Amino acid sequence: MSDTIIKVENLSKRYRIGLQEKKADTFAQQIWNNFKAPIENFKRIKSLGKFEEESESVHWALKDVSFEVKKGEVLGIIGKNGAGKSTLLKILSKITEPTSGRIEMNGRVAALLEVGTGFHPELTGRENIYMNGTILGMTKKEIDRKLEEIIDFSGVEKYVDTPVKFYSSGMRVRLGFSVAAHLEPEILIIDEVLSVGDFEFQKKCLGKMEDVSQKEGRTVLFVSHNMGAVRNLTRKSILLNEGSLRLTSNTNEVVNEYLRIQKSKSENQSFESEIFEGIVVEYKNGNNAFEIFDDLKFEFSIKSKNLLPNEFRLGVTVSSMDEINIFSGVTNVISQSEFQNGRLELVIKSPNLVEGEYKLSFSLGLGDLFESRREFLVHRHALVFSVANLNPEKPSLMNWQSSYGNIVVKSQNLILS
Amino acid sequence: MGFQEEWCIEMNKTVIEPSKGWKVIDFEELWRYKDLLYFLTVRGIKARYAQSILGIGWAIIQPLFTTLVFTVVFGGLAKVDSDGMPYILFSYLALWPWNYFSGTLNESANSLIANAGMITKVYFPRLILPLAAIFSKLLDFIISFVVLLILLIYFKVMPGIGIIWLPILLIQLLMTSLGIGMILSAMAVQYRDVKYALGFIVQLLLYGAPVVYSTTAVPEQYQFLYSLNPMVGVIEGIRAMFLSRPMPWEWIWPGSIVAIIFFVFGLFYFRRMEKVFADVA
Repeated sequence: MSDTIIKVENLSKRYRIGLQEKKADTFAQQIWNNFKAPIENFKRIKSLGKFEEESESVHWALKDVSFEVKKGEVLGIIGKNGAGKSTLLKILSKITEPTSGRIEMNGRVAALLEVGTGFHPELTGRENIYMNGTILGMTKKEIDRKLEEIIDFSGVEKYVDTPVKFYSSGMRVRLGFSVAAHLEPEILIIDEVLSVGDFEFQKKCLGKMEDVSQKEGRTVLFVSHNMGAVRNLTRKSILLNEGSLRLTSNTNEVVNEYLRIQKSKSENQSFESEIFEGIVVEYKNGNNAFEIFDDLKFEFSIKSKNLLPNEFRLGVTVSSMDEINIFSGVTNVISQSEFQNGRLELVIKSPNLVEGEYKLSFSLGLGDLFESRREFLVHRHALVFSVANLNPEKPSLMNWQSSYGNIVVKSQNLILS
Repeated sequence: MGFQEEWCIEMNKTVIEPSKGWKVIDFEELWRYKDLLYFLTVRGIKARYAQSILGIGWAIIQPLFTTLVFTVVFGGLAKVDSDGMPYILFSYLALWPWNYFSGTLNESANSLIANAGMITKVYFPRLILPLAAIFSKLLDFIISFVVLLILLIYFKVMPGIGIIWLPILLIQLLMTSLGIGMILSAMAVQYRDVKYALGFIVQLLLYGAPVVYSTTAVPEQYQFLYSLNPMVGVIEGIRAMFLSRPMPWEWIWPGSIVAIIFFVFGLFYFRRMEKVFADVA
């Protein structure tokens, strides 16, 4: 008997995008359309689940995806939004059917696409454990047996007989995850559910997941945007891009390829405004990311100097991809005479950002952080850049977890005496 | 040991492929999820009466007041013939199954939409949802039966031997509710019109069954057509058995056949539509 536990063959899934409504030119037309609307609606809604012919309203969420997973393996599924990750998970967990292709799975499957599915606010924590557990495929007996353990793990013992509507959202997540963590499937499918909950609990969950995969030899499919978590938990990954499988390899390689795609995307992203013609991210020759711990360099090309004030300071904010600000700063005063050729170069001295992708926002203004600052122009999230370990000789930040933050304080800057 | 392990794994083998055409409901899978059905039913009951003062009392008030209004309007003012029995008993005997029927239609038709969040996030046999809706209404049905008993005692009415047929009629009632419930819930996922239409259609349907009037008022040439409504047989049958009259089989059997057709068609239709639920919900 082979140890292949999941076998996906030529999997495809298409969706029909709702057709646009016709717009009326005249009032009479509008009235007429309103009368015709029921017939049009009927055709449109009926066609949502059917595909007679190819048309522009058909969208392939997955196209010809094949891969295999071995027993006990933890596979990362990476891809940007809309790459087909969620669709793949939904098919694997039987929520929706594929349009074509075939999947074979040998074992009980549990899918965790959401924490606390089926929770009802009026029911108590205990009742919701049973509710959620049975939805996830457990039997009442199984839950009876694990109830104490589940309650313990969640850390909400005191409120377990209180209706869930009085819980904080954090408590709800804890309870939901705690149920899920006690599932005993051979195959566990997890979608970014770890991005919720507080730090302590996240760590506990990550620990539990590692236990699950290593000690008990369970197969786990793990989807995340968090490259840190994917790197921590998985050795092998697949990369999805626009519905097709782009790469199956070890996680490091796949993450780098993912960053490469993101990068080429951000190059095409043409930033333009009245004042600026564009901004170039100055990666070192041929690379597609800043080397980790290197300086960050950007070049602004100016379109119309007349609109610029004679003197100004540039304000900069770097934020994570989910738009949480990481740091900000303001440059010294620069005057027009100092940049004759219409170009401005911005260097951010090594900010010790960890590997990943970031967004740069900037503003033009007068004054700095110590006096009052007035801004003429603000561009939020003007561009995206990546930081990666480009030197294969150098060790990666293997043990960095997303919950640690985005900036490393190097050991020489941490003084113990 | 090795053999046994292999056998276990074989048991859990899942194949996912696009399905085609009409299929039978997977009853074995449904059985595996029986605990979910139980908890969803309990959830339905608890959630319905949570944070209300009268709680379960609403299950009594609703049919009781409808009966009183009918008694005043149809029995008192319009002087509708009630086969010689007190009008209040006459209409309550009909409203008891009727309220269950109309209630389950509403609940089951909305069951999939109301739980769209669950449908798109986790797999379980979707049939559980309309089933739980129909089962959770059974509590109301039992409670309003208690009211019926009180009425029977008050009017000193003793049910006849026909009472042995009650389970058959209840099965017919359940099959009709479930059959139509499955069809409507599957349709409602895709066509939200069902939700809006249902409210007033159920109201109109009330006059298609002998709830406020007696079957004797139906012209003879239309009687067969009329009896195709499964609820006609249920109501007539229940009236007859509680008032010690001979069972009106001629009113019952055509509806029984229709009920079976609804039920079987519902099962197949639901299964067929099931695969697109998560995509269109």
